[in-house]
Amino acid sequence: MKFLSFFFDLLEPFFRLGQRWLGLQRLGWLFVAPNMVVFGLFCFLPIAINFIYAGTGGVQLMPLQRPYTGAENFQILFECSNYLDLSSCRKDVFWRAIFNTLKFSVMQVSLMVLFSLLTALVLNRKIIGRGFWRGVFFYPVLLSPVVVALIWKWLLQNQGVFNAGLAAMNWPTVEWLTDAVWAFFWTVFVSIWSHMGFYTLILLAGLQAIPRDLYEAAEMDRASPWRTLTRITLPLLMPNLVVVLVLAAIRAVQIFDEVFVLTGGGPGSATTFIVQFIYQTGFAEQIHLYGLAAAASLALAGFLVLLTLVQLRLSRASELGQKGR
Amino acid sequence: MRILDFLLRTRGRGRLHWTDVLSYGYLFLGLVVMFAPVLWLLMSSFKSEAAIGQFPPTFLPYQQKTVSVAGQNKPLPLFTVTQDDGTTRQMAQISRIGIMATMVDPAVPEQTVQVNIQQRQPVNELRFAWNNYSDLFGKFTFSKYLWNSVFITVAATLLTLLFNSMAAFALSKYKFKGQKAVFLLIIATLMIPPTIILVPVFLVINQAGLLNSLWGVILPAVATPTGVFLLRQYMLTIPDELLEAARMDHASEWRIYWRIVLPLSAPALAVLAIFSVMWRWNDFLLPLIVLSRNEFFTLQLALNSFQGELNTQWHYLLAMTVITLLPVTLVFAFLQRYITTGIASAGVK
Repeated sequence: MKFLSFFFDLLEPFFRLGQRWLGLQRLGWLFVAPNMVVFGLFCFLPIAINFIYAGTGGVQLMPLQRPYTGAENFQILFECSNYLDLSSCRKDVFWRAIFNTLKFSVMQVSLMVLFSLLTALVLNRKIIGRGFWRGVFFYPVLLSPVVVALIWKWLLQNQGVFNAGLAAMNWPTVEWLTDAVWAFFWTVFVSIWSHMGFYTLILLAGLQAIPRDLYEAAEMDRASPWRTLTRITLPLLMPNLVVVLVLAAIRAVQIFDEVFVLTGGGPGSATTFIVQFIYQTGFAEQIHLYGLAAAASLALAGFLVLLTLVQLRLSRASELGQKGR
Repeated sequence: MRILDFLLRTRGRGRLHWTDVLSYGYLFLGLVVMFAPVLWLLMSSFKSEAAIGQFPPTFLPYQQKTVSVAGQNKPLPLFTVTQDDGTTRQMAQISRIGIMATMVDPAVPEQTVQVNIQQRQPVNELRFAWNNYSDLFGKFTFSKYLWNSVFITVAATLLTLLFNSMAAFALSKYKFKGQKAVFLLIIATLMIPPTIILVPVFLVINQAGLLNSLWGVILPAVATPTGVFLLRQYMLTIPDELLEAARMDHASEWRIYWRIVLPLSAPALAVLAIFSVMWRWNDFLLPLIVLSRNEFFTLQLALNSFQGELNTQWHYLLAMTVITLLPVTLVFAFLQRYITTGIASAGVK
């Protein structure tokens, strides 16, 4: 505590000086300055540089030393001699990554919303120890992606508990993480396992905000539970559902850490997603193609903007829908 | 039917409905799916190197029993030997050549017997291999990784609290030109995922000379839109009259900030501190590109590089994983309510 007050006292003359110069209200600038410097350096400046990178080639890191190439990076990414055959594309891994990411997002988001809705509905019932159960589903959210991936890698390895179970029933064992179909399934499953609790929590908060008297009125009218669910709960939960849907989609498109540790993108490129493509082109391969990586991340950014616009559209629609009711 | 009635009886509210039974079924299934993998990891981390390679694996960490025999300088592994006449006898193995093992009865150490290895079964006992953990601190640069992780987490969290609360103070208690724009800019960064600006952030960190330095991971992380937003919303509820009164007493603005506003925002600061600790402890992508030299690895990076090795030493890797998830688990166990309400109210992770 003493150290703390010493530290804060140390900064005091600096702010006194600022107050004399700037006056009382404009002192606010001094208070936001550290935050804005960090944001400026590590967020706004990088956004601008990203465009420079995307428009230049070469392997130099300094933006000004890089030769201008115009749209060539995008051309390299998107050019295919035959658009119906992915392996004819110049960067077929990029196309595969996009394709995988879309497939992953659709499967993961729909299942995630379904399961977190189901869990939230169950948790919203009159159950004993709700806090405990909520914690059970939330716990994996706090684990780091690397830890999550290692937990499952340990279970799924060839000599792991899953194969032991199969062997105990005299069934042939499965190479869970080196078989393309299974590996993809497990990336979906593990990412749902580790993130579901977060969305459950948002939906639960939405469910608890629905006025009790609506349910009492429904009970008076002898509405069936199914009818109560579809006519009261779901429509009133719609705003939260939209938030969950879009947040989950934005996160799913950017999936990287867990999958990178769990499967490394393999087998082949079966579980290579778009962020891993960016990481590999920009940092992991022998020649660091920053321009190509930046172009790919701009493509990703465009897609995310699209998702956000959809969210705005949807949430406005659901608000209007509620007012109309 | 009696038993069923008894099981479905509740306090006051009549019988359990079948949907209640289904609900509890779902919850218990969830308990297994969510916790069993972590429990399995925990138990496996106590297995010795030999036990961890066994198939099929056991849940509890069994290990072969060893005995010291007079005249032998090392403890010997113990087996149950089925003799030709059908009786069994516990013997220790001295050496093994091909399918024949030289064994000795611990009670009669001078008499050795040749036994076919088909005729013996290892004697297992329940033993926790604590040395998986203790070895970590001596054998590898593990303490270094732990220190790096702790240092990054603590330093980044302290700076996050300071910077974000200062910004939040300015945004909630002053009226200056461009205030709205600043607030909007900060909120807008919520929409910019770090993955998209990965390459230029790398450039900035490189130009600042922070590559392969712990500060290269700390500094980009200390300004968080979530933190500013959370603290600003909280500080708005602190009455301005308090500040006015302090100004009457000629307190400087800085003193008002850290003597009045900061202590009053303690609950919001605590929530942000919990979040920040978890964010920084679990960070992966930024450290991955900034810290490429082994001595600067965080725990997460070390785990990743260990598991990528050709000959993964699972017994150490699992122990390391457990240590890595331990702090987060403890934070969760004690502060669950704050975390969940914090997330439910701010809608952020």
